[in-house]
Order: sequence, then structure tokens, then C-alpha cells
Amino acid sequence: MTGSNTLQSELLSVEHLYKSFGGIQALTDYGLSLNQGELFGLIGPNGAGKTTVFNLLSGVLHPSSGRILFSGRDISSNRPYQNARLGLSRTFQNIRLFGDLTVEDNIKAAFHMPLGTHFWSTVLHLPGFMRSEREIARQAAECLHLLELAPYRQEKARNLPFGLQRRVEIARALASSPRLLLLDEPAAGMNPHETEDLMETIQSIHARYQLTICLVEHDMNVVMGICPRIQVLDQGRVLMEGSPQEIQNDPRVIKAYLGAPREECHAEN
Amino acid sequence: MYTLSQRLVFIGLALAGGLLILLMRQFLNDYILSIAGFVGIYVILAVSLNITNGFTGLFSLGHPAFMAIGGYTCAILTFPVQRKGYFLSGLPDWLAGTELSFFPALLIGGLFAALGSLLIGLPVLRLRGHYLAVATLGVIIIVQVLITNMGGITRGPLGLNGLPTLTNLWWVYLWVLITLYLGWKLKFSSFGRSMLAIREDEMAADCLGINLLRTRVQALMVGAFLAGVAGGLWAHLVTAITPKSFSLILAFTIVVMVVVGGSGSITGSLLAAVIFSMLTEAFRPLEESLNVYGIGEIVLSLILILILIYRPIGLFGTSEPGWLSPGKRKSLSGTAGD
Repeated sequence: MTGSNTLQSELLSVEHLYKSFGGIQALTDYGLSLNQGELFGLIGPNGAGKTTVFNLLSGVLHPSSGRILFSGRDISSNRPYQNARLGLSRTFQNIRLFGDLTVEDNIKAAFHMPLGTHFWSTVLHLPGFMRSEREIARQAAECLHLLELAPYRQEKARNLPFGLQRRVEIARALASSPRLLLLDEPAAGMNPHETEDLMETIQSIHARYQLTICLVEHDMNVVMGICPRIQVLDQGRVLMEGSPQEIQNDPRVIKAYLGAPREECHAEN
Repeated sequence: MYTLSQRLVFIGLALAGGLLILLMRQFLNDYILSIAGFVGIYVILAVSLNITNGFTGLFSLGHPAFMAIGGYTCAILTFPVQRKGYFLSGLPDWLAGTELSFFPALLIGGLFAALGSLLIGLPVLRLRGHYLAVATLGVIIIVQVLITNMGGITRGPLGLNGLPTLTNLWWVYLWVLITLYLGWKLKFSSFGRSMLAIREDEMAADCLGINLLRTRVQALMVGAFLAGVAGGLWAHLVTAITPKSFSLILAFTIVVMVVVGGSGSITGSLLAAVIFSMLTEAFRPLEESLNVYGIGEIVLSLILILILIYRPIGLFGTSEPGWLSPGKRKSLSGTAGD
């Protein structure tokens, strides 16, 4: 199903990562290791710190302490755009599209970083400008076609139904030609049918580009089917890591999800 | 990408504008012609502010400050050498002996304004939210105070008068065309899409590898450059410039034009600027005969309120008319050619 065994070189390595917001310890001694070409799942109940992990990886937040190594380079104090330029691309839990732009322009905006020209060659209409615009148009069309978004290319992004918006966001993240794709709860708010569709899309992207993908999910069943390796996060700590079978049968995971008796109550929703 | 026929439309419109000016200069008196000059300057101001505010979502109120910087720079550079020593005693010798022609003086004025915006932009644009509005508001005051107190160079509160009448409709029209070209080129390009992306969602833009600070500073500088040029045109149309020439009220007027036209729409800003500046002039005789001043401003405010209630996105929203937008005509062919 996946090509994770062909190349075992490490792409991302996270060591002893801590993050606190004021007095709240959001992440404690977090560690993660992703190999090239892996399709990895990160699950955990609400408030476990999954999105915090993504925010730290993409540079939206900076860790209180600890190191993040991306293909051997320390990126823990990088800004998001720097990480994006290194090949780290993400989507957001509560979709962040460029609502007033068309679907096509959303994708084209993502191609600006790898292919776009800057101020002077745009304004002076240098030959490089025309070449880059043509290349962006070509690749955007290809990207739209691949994610079956071509019929909606002239729609404004905000007018699309929820499921399609998610798809546009994934297409946009892909357009920035990443080496590591971080998908934050891609199935949130989708019905079972849409979810199934989406998981198929993710798998086909993974196979086609030999891309490393890390998938955050709240709903365990979604990742079980497609990720060979899964990490469970609870209350800011790594609970366990293993194959879907190991996860499913572990009493600690069941406890974290179903809320077996414990002194502290953590919000269920 | 544009089709050939769309390019011809642009060229046709530009030529029609030129023809209009030719006819106006032939048949209209100087008073009307100077009003037409102001209309053109307002077009430059509104469209350039739209690049900053509308495209990139930076709420800048700094246009009057940038106009003042550009206007004074240009006025000092074109000031006749034989009067410079008497009026502007504080000028260094090399500057006192220089008298530039209009076009380079305008360019340098614009560049100085852009430089000023760079100094403001670098610290302020790191912050999120509407800090820029407050900062640029402060800049209007700072620039006024500086000009008032640098008497040796600017003649202080008296201002510079008796400037050569260098601005005519052709100069204004040339810069209107340059402004429209810049706006259009930026909007329909990869660089422009990165500006729009920042306006729509800065975190998503950041995560796509767009350098927020750099792009924002560039957007502010483009706006400031054109405002500086507009200041130079203004000074040599009025033939006088004082520290009070470019005030907060002017900033308000330009913002209203952008909002009413639709922030993000070049066509909208263009039309709003033309209509509003002509409207204000149209009320002037009425104001004089009734001896009640400010009717124009009241009408302007009323229109703004009505627009905000009934059409908050402005007349044109963020778009341009379909027949002028690239790629719209052949939307079915996969990759648009040239």
C-alpha cells in the first residue's frame, strides 16, 4: 500500500519539545520521527495538543524548549514562510482559504513561492515574467485537474461547499511543492462518504508523489485504514506509538478516548 | 493572460483619453482645466491607495504625508536657482545651485516618499492589525511639524509659493496611465496574487512561503511613491505648497473614494475618484453663493454612509468589469495562452 520501506532516511526529527501558554503546559517532552515517504497518523482526543504540534512544526508557534530537525536542519526558530520554502506545507483545521479569490487563483497564489516573479520583473514586464505566468497557469491547471477541481476553477473559494473547500486547501498545500505535507484534521465536519473520498485522494497523492504526509485526526477510525504507523497524544504527552492494531487494543488509548474514571476531568468537547 | 483584442481595448481607451485631453485643452478655459488636473491627481491618489489598502489589506492613512514629502522635494528641486538663495537659505550649496526639470524632480519626489514609507513600514508592518492606521496618522503630524520647523529648507509655515506652473493635463494624464498600468499589472500577476493572499488570510499566506513583511513593505512603498508624485503634481498645479496643504481630511477623502469604489477594484477607485472630485467642485459655486462651506464634504459623507449600509463591498467589490479582466473570455480552454 505504501512505499515506506524503500527509503528509511529520516526527514523530520523532533526531540524533547515543550510548549506552554502562560501556565498551561500544552506539550510535554514531545518526540516524533518521520521517515521519507511515510504516511503517518497523529491522533488524540480533543485538546491533546495535536494542532499545537502542527503549529510548532510549521513555525506558526515557537517551542518553549526542544529541537525540530527537518532533513538535518534546525528549524525550531523559523518563521512559517521559511519552513514553507524548505518544503514544509500544511492545511488548517478550520480551513483558511483566500475566500475572495477564485479556486484557480488560490492555487496560483501557492505557486508564487516556487515559480513567481517579484516586483520589478512584473512591473517592467521582463521576459521572465511571461514565462513564469505561463508556467504557473500550466501547473495550476494540472493541480486542479488532479484533485478534480477543474470545474470549479472560476468559483470564489468561499462559495464552495465545505468538502470542496477542504479539497482546494489540500490542492493549495500541494501546489507549494512540499517534501512534508501536514494535514490538520482533513476529515473534520465531513460526512462518512466525503471522508472516504478524501482518504482515497490522500492515498493517491501519497503514492503519486512519494510524499511524506503527517495526518492529524480526531476520529480514530479515519486514520486506522490508511496509516501504517500512528502516534497517540493525550494531554500534551505521547501516549504510545505503533501500528493500528497495537493502538486499537491498547487499554491506555481506550481510556484516553472513552474517558475512564480519572481525577481530572478533561473537556470532552 | 490578455487576448489581443483586450490589449487593443486598453490601447484604445488610452488613446481616447488622450483625445479627450486634446479637445479639452482646445475648448475649455484654464479654470476648468485645472479642475480636470485635480480630478486626475485624485485618480492617482485613489488607485495608488488601493494598491496598499485594497490589494494588500494595509489600512494606511499616510497618503497626505507621502504627498507632502514628494511635493516639497519636487518643489525644492524645480525652484528657480536665482530665488533659491533668498528664500531657502538653509540649502546646501550643491542643492542651491541645482534646478531640475519637472520629470526627474517628480521621480525623485516619489522616491523620497517611498523611502519615508520604508522607514515607517519596517517597524510597524511587523505588527498585526490596524497599527499601521495609527502609525500613519502620526506620520502626517510628524511630517507637518518637521516641514514647519525646517525653515531653512522649506520656508517653514509660510510654505513655498510662486512655484513654476509646470503641471498641465498631459503630465497628469501620463502619471494616471502609469498608475493604472502599475495597478493592473500588479493585480493580475503572481506578485499581486501574493498581495491579495495576504489580504485574505495572512497566516495561510505565510505558510505558503510568502514573505509577509517584505510584500507589505513593497505594497506600502508603491502606494507612497505614487502619492509622492501626486504631491509634486499638486504643488506645481496650485503653484504653492504649505505644511497644511496635505491634511488628515485629504486622507479621509481618498479612503472614502477607495471604499466607495470597492477596495481592491481599480475601476472602482478610478470612477469614484472622478465622480467625487467633480462633485466637490460642483458644490463650490453653491457653497460660495450661500456662504455655507462644507456642503461637498457632507454629501461625500452621506454617500459613504449609504454605501456602507447598502453595499458594504463598494460599487465594484474587489473585481474589475469582466470584459477587461484577463482569462475571463476563454475560460473553457485549459491553459490560457498569451
